[in-house]
Amino acid sequence: MDSLNNYLMVSAVLFSLGLFGVITRRNGVAVLMSVELILNSANINFVAFARFGGMNITGHVYALFIIVLAAAEAAVALAIIINIFNNFNTINIDDVSELKQ
Amino acid sequence: MADLVFWIIVGITLGSAVMVVTSKNLLYSAYALLFSFLGVTGLYVFLWADFIAVVQVVVYVGGILILIIFGIMLTNKITSVNISHASVQKGGGIFVVLTFVGMLGYMIYKTPWSIVAATEPVETTAVIGRLLMIEYLLPFEVTSLLLLGALIGATTLSRKDS
Repeated sequence: MDSLNNYLMVSAVLFSLGLFGVITRRNGVAVLMSVELILNSANINFVAFARFGGMNITGHVYALFIIVLAAAEAAVALAIIINIFNNFNTINIDDVSELKQ
Repeated sequence: MADLVFWIIVGITLGSAVMVVTSKNLLYSAYALLFSFLGVTGLYVFLWADFIAVVQVVVYVGGILILIIFGIMLTNKITSVNISHASVQKGGGIFVVLTFVGMLGYMIYKTPWSIVAATEPVETTAVIGRLLMIEYLLPFEVTSLLLLGALIGATTLSRKDS
């Protein structure tokens, strides 16, 4: 538990799971959830290096900025997804390849 | 004891993340995401980041997850109980992910990280506040502008009549 490698490995696996979701999921909301997993893994890395790498609290500040960006991204992405649903009546992102219907 | 708790938290985080990306039901994915976020919160506590842990609970669990569940509810017909969604290209995805995690793991265990012995900080919130208001004032203000833009953009995008 007191080893940097453990945290980096957990974060790497979490990132890979998020990547898997982005690759295999075709539902817009599910892709968004996978992106949130990826952002969380980046945050674990920042905080782990703050604890072990001598970055001290600066790493926490970066993690805070990432959380804010994730919130903004989720809000805008869901607005776009709901708009797509209203226009195309589906959120399968493979079916939405045209800018207008 | 602390080791056991740590590995239980890691198990909850990664197990729920697997549920998120493989579950057939979209709502189950969303609820698994809740446990994954809570597991990451536990990791932050182990890393002495108490303020980040609280922010994680408030923003991710209280905000983003509720938004996502609203998104699911608004983009599916309420009458269809089974909100299913399939996965495609599973084989290719597993291949890419295993290669990727293998490369990352090799890199992590081969790199000689410079570990600095640190003592547990007495206060993190006050230091974060001081850093945000002095050294990182410009990024802080730019972030507030970005949040304002996202707020206006999201409301404009999701209006019925444009």
